[in-house]
Amino acid sequence: MNKTRTSGRTIGGLRTLSLQAPAVSLLFLWMIVPLAMTVWFSLQRYNLLMPGMTGFAGLENYEYLFTDPALWSAMGTTLLMVGWVLVITVVGGTLLAVLFQQEFMGQGIARVLAISPFFVMPTVSALVWKNMMMHPANGVLSWVAELFGLPAVDWFSSLPLTSIVIIVAWQWLPFALLILLTAMQSLDEDQVEAARMDGAGPIAIFFFITLPHLKRAISVVIMIEMIFLLTIFAEIFVTTSGGPGLATTNLAYLIYIRALLDFDVGLASAGGVIAIILANIVAIFLVRMVAKNLES
Amino acid sequence: MRVIRHLPLTTLTAAIAFAGQAQAQTEITVGTVNNNDMVIMQSLTDAFEQAHPDITLDWVVLEENVLRQRLTTDIATQGGQFDVMTIGTYEVPIWAEQDWLTPLDDLPADYQIDDLLQSVRKGLSYDGTLHALPFYAESSMMFYRQDLFSDAGITMPEQPTWQQVRDWAEQLHDPANETYGICLRGKPGWGENMALVSTMVNTFGGRWFDMDWNPQIDSPAWQEAVGFYVDLLNNYGPPGASSNGFNENQALFSRGNCAMWVDATSAAGRIFDPSQSQLGFAPAPIAETPKGSHWLWSWALAIPASSDSKDAAREFVTWATSQEYVELVAKEKGWASVPPGTRVSTYENPNYQEAAPFADFVLNAIQGADPTDSTLEPSPYVGVQFVGIPEFQSIGTQVGQMVAAALTGETSVEQALQAAQRATERTMQRAGYLD
Repeated sequence: MNKTRTSGRTIGGLRTLSLQAPAVSLLFLWMIVPLAMTVWFSLQRYNLLMPGMTGFAGLENYEYLFTDPALWSAMGTTLLMVGWVLVITVVGGTLLAVLFQQEFMGQGIARVLAISPFFVMPTVSALVWKNMMMHPANGVLSWVAELFGLPAVDWFSSLPLTSIVIIVAWQWLPFALLILLTAMQSLDEDQVEAARMDGAGPIAIFFFITLPHLKRAISVVIMIEMIFLLTIFAEIFVTTSGGPGLATTNLAYLIYIRALLDFDVGLASAGGVIAIILANIVAIFLVRMVAKNLES
Repeated sequence: MRVIRHLPLTTLTAAIAFAGQAQAQTEITVGTVNNNDMVIMQSLTDAFEQAHPDITLDWVVLEENVLRQRLTTDIATQGGQFDVMTIGTYEVPIWAEQDWLTPLDDLPADYQIDDLLQSVRKGLSYDGTLHALPFYAESSMMFYRQDLFSDAGITMPEQPTWQQVRDWAEQLHDPANETYGICLRGKPGWGENMALVSTMVNTFGGRWFDMDWNPQIDSPAWQEAVGFYVDLLNNYGPPGASSNGFNENQALFSRGNCAMWVDATSAAGRIFDPSQSQLGFAPAPIAETPKGSHWLWSWALAIPASSDSKDAAREFVTWATSQEYVELVAKEKGWASVPPGTRVSTYENPNYQEAAPFADFVLNAIQGADPTDSTLEPSPYVGVQFVGIPEFQSIGTQVGQMVAAALTGETSVEQALQAAQRATERTMQRAGYLD
């Protein structure tokens, strides 16, 4: 009896292990092979246009990258872009969520319309913004400016970063709205009622009841958006191509320039490794913050 | 990958053979740019396939930058995805040096190789052997609105200078009526704004590198040329000039929004309208020196060494660049639409001369451009509006962005050129030209 039990256990353990193994090892390979290859390439001298110049480069690629003024400017641009889009979407999303929570005529249709920008492909929305909204001659915005007798603004050359932030924020605002509106619906009406009876005005209710209630949802929004916004690419590629100068080159776009315009695989891989490290630092902090929030 | 790609084809061939039509079909993949002339070529697929029943064509038509990326990655990794590649005078010598292209010697006699324009042929040769056949070639020239010029009492001299262009632009600039003095390329990119800026630098007496490959971008000639360009375009150009490339300017000029436009000669056939004769032509303006004041570019068809149907590809390449093809386009689309700048016989054809009054300007510009001697002071590189080294794509793109930044006023011309100089020095050091 004992024997069979022990052996049964062992067999059972082996059995689950062998069932898990394919999935786990596939996932592990999925992660480790590209990562290892990126790290390997980042240590190589490898430029597609110069087949003669190959070999182990050591940390040369990293050294070249860290002394590149474009890298620091790209990091700054990335942070500015992410920061501003987060501020706009979170603040705007919260206010819109409160607004759409109210009962009014055509609430359903209005909600669908407000959420729809999120379903437009980034390249398409960037093209629409570029050619129909912000174009200095044919754009809607220049037409509006003209109505008020103001000179037309050439958005992408005079306010490049602002333009990109506007486009991206327009796309992500519905996402924030969607999450926050769902969270709003779980807000206890009785609590609001009680507060109102105690004499709290709408502003006080917003700051002391609604906002604390939305805290978790907001941190989820921040985390998810951050992950996606660190790699904004399509909007930049379609509208400004990272320019003028380096004004809208973020880290993702810089890696693209190095890898696909300069064909420098080694350097681009080094850029990729730096981006992975940066994203992980951000993720660790955020995950901790969110996890703490969700526990309490 | 390759097996999978060819599997359906093999089955198809087998099926055809089985059905009794014992004919070996070869499919060749042609990668090309979405320019007007190439779209015409694609539309004539049937004509080619009828003449060559054993070959079928598979087209990959892409925007210039995307195509360049696809082709470069494919050829550098020996991918073998393409059998015919559309590349320019910049790539041909560089790729030929790496043995990436099939040399095109012993072409059939009826191809009439001596009919090709000498300067174009030289640009597509490496070690004296052609490595690509020219599909169309272009230089740069100036287009202007004759009606505005005669109203203002200006006569166009045989060879205008940039200073004169500036004076005329000032005189004709009328933004209230949406007529701008001059349209020039402002969109960053080594094939966009830097093509024009390089010719301006050449004619202002500058060069990209000295004989020891030291970048010369912060030299006085560059300061003068780029300063002149920024000042001219900001004062007398259309709004949003920094995002205008060739296509945007072509649209502006054909709507009558520009009094003058300096750009590719290949635009002439597209904007020329026989019913309105107000379009004027002149050579590209010069400043200190006539050397390198207009560029030389050719889109050419090449066969990568990694192709596995080289014979079929050669059939196609010689067909699409032949005199017979020019006549076919003339018959189908009219003489003004034939691919320009490649063959002497096209320019000698009375039909073409009649349909295209700009032909002489184009021919002179192309013949007058010498890629081996385009700068006032000696330079170690080949190319008028580019530098024939692999690193130039990266350098040209970076410098193009800096110049665009100066154009939008984000930085001063001096700062932009200093930043460009530093970036170029770094790239050249990394590539091993400098210590």
